[in-house]
Amino acid sequence: MSAFVIRRLLQAFLVMALMSVIVFFGVNVIGDPVYMLVSPDADQAELEAAIARLGLDRPIWEQYLLFLQGALRGDLGNSFIFGEPALKLIFHHMPATLELAFSALFLSVVIGIPLGLYAGLYPDNPISKGIMAGSILGFSLPTFWVGLMLIMVFAVELGWLPSTGRGDTATFLGIESSLFTADGLSHLFLPALNLALLKISLAVRLTRAGVREAMGQDYVKFARAKGLSTRRIIFVHVLKNIMIPVVTVMGLEFGSLIGFSVVTETIFAWPGMGKLLIDAILQLDRPVVVAYLMIIVLFFVIINLIVDILYSILDPRVRLQDQGA
Amino acid sequence: MTAVLEVEGLKTHFFTRAGVVKAVDGVDFSVAKGEVMGLVGESGSGKSITGFSILGLIDPPGRIVEGAIRFNGEDIAGASEERLKTLRGNRIAMIFQDPMMTLNPVLRIDTQMIEAILAHEKVDKREAWERSRDALGLVGIPSPEERLQAYPHQLSGGMRQRVAIATAFLNRPDLIIADEPTTALDVTIQAQIIHEAQKLTRQTGTAMIWITHDLAVVAGLADRISVMYAGRIVEQGETDLVIDHPLHPYTVGLLGSVPSANKRGERLYQIEGMTPNMLDLPEGCAFAPRCRWATDACTPPPGVQTVDGRQIRCVHPRREGVTA
Repeated sequence: MSAFVIRRLLQAFLVMALMSVIVFFGVNVIGDPVYMLVSPDADQAELEAAIARLGLDRPIWEQYLLFLQGALRGDLGNSFIFGEPALKLIFHHMPATLELAFSALFLSVVIGIPLGLYAGLYPDNPISKGIMAGSILGFSLPTFWVGLMLIMVFAVELGWLPSTGRGDTATFLGIESSLFTADGLSHLFLPALNLALLKISLAVRLTRAGVREAMGQDYVKFARAKGLSTRRIIFVHVLKNIMIPVVTVMGLEFGSLIGFSVVTETIFAWPGMGKLLIDAILQLDRPVVVAYLMIIVLFFVIINLIVDILYSILDPRVRLQDQGA
Repeated sequence: MTAVLEVEGLKTHFFTRAGVVKAVDGVDFSVAKGEVMGLVGESGSGKSITGFSILGLIDPPGRIVEGAIRFNGEDIAGASEERLKTLRGNRIAMIFQDPMMTLNPVLRIDTQMIEAILAHEKVDKREAWERSRDALGLVGIPSPEERLQAYPHQLSGGMRQRVAIATAFLNRPDLIIADEPTTALDVTIQAQIIHEAQKLTRQTGTAMIWITHDLAVVAGLADRISVMYAGRIVEQGETDLVIDHPLHPYTVGLLGSVPSANKRGERLYQIEGMTPNMLDLPEGCAFAPRCRWATDACTPPPGVQTVDGRQIRCVHPRREGVTA
């Protein structure tokens, strides 16, 4: 197990190193941030001073090595716009995004799995057919459009929930989050639902497929032949088996949840990392874009590791082995 | 001997889009206390469906359309799901064909055995655990305490089938339906499993229906044999009589196609033709199209007649013995 984790960490390091090359060079070929920063009537001397200040006068490989040198000390450079460390900016916006992503994950699990379970157990029932039709809509409707519709209906027409912003936050167990205030929750609900919609549909489809498959298996027939209650068969025998694919996929999708939050955050003016990224891209704030992408890569690596470990807990046939046997 | 189970005129049909499949179409038999009955037939002859019908485990589009299943005198053919649940695994247990598939892969053996006890009895977990351990010991599993903590994939096929058998015996049922329990195992393990099962039925007085396509398996195990063809029992009687002097042409053919040492070098006998399409059965005797002795007399479905101490469905019983 420990050897497994160490090997995975080495792999993770390699992935991060490769990504840093791709991201750094990729970002450095788009646009010229200097023109965004100096006033339009600046003369050549001022322009060159600005370029030198940002370190953009050096050759790109030297810029990369400097970046790498800083990165190893945990410094991913300063934002061109705010002059603050890029990482600090990202960490400042991270809680809002994580809060949104976790809420969306929570919604997709508590809504998606029960609906999928129902649809799998009673496949011919009209309600099940309704659920499946709904999941197709969830998959195919674009996030930004659904977000706008949610705002139209619940904020503008009905006036039940606020349309934008994060609302009040409160600190509980050292975590500052809008989950702990009523105002915060009311602000959170619409964006979280919007972000979750795709994942709810995914959970419904995965769960339904798993239930349909498991119900035909001999171990379910054997469990019935043992005289077990239907509840025990479904919640212990079937659910534990289908949790394996559901946890794998939902876990891996958590990364994309953070990624996708860019769209939702923009529509709901949610002050998270996604919004920071969009602003940084528009202003060609290279260090922030690079730092954001590096952080996302790190997220994916960590999530993959957690999923692997969870997987081995759920499925006794998978034991993390020291040798890849 | 008192009958534990009496099945009378059982018909289980499947209402599919292509038509009605009469998987079980008028089956009668009874099993006495402590008796082992071999239910023999080819794939698709309805022998497994007969077993599932007894437990009330027929799922739509199938259902029991007719007949009585009397278990200890009580007709359970139309019994409520609640009543059937109290019988399943408790008074009537079942063992399945593929031990690789019958145990839940993500649950430990102890979980799967203890739940079978707790579903029917209010005992504490410790006692249920001890009973599970003893049951594993009874079927010849070494160091049962350790095996209880194992997951199914950590056991061999033979071990898993022993676990399934031990689970079936946990609540001391009156009847066990064993659906081809040795088919998926290799021959040496087969012999051991048959031995264990036989020993346990003798010890506990449990009646058993042993479903198989392999006459050789039941020859040494069953007290009586019922041969099924296309949803009906075509011959039924004492094992020795059926094996040594089969009367129904189908039984004659089945026995003729068993390889044996004294027919070495000869071409193995094979019943002509194919098993009938269950959607489109011949009007009279279902075996007639494959039968070399068939005549016009076979067209009205033959009724059950008793010949030489056996019940057969045939108008041309082969009194002269095996001529295949």
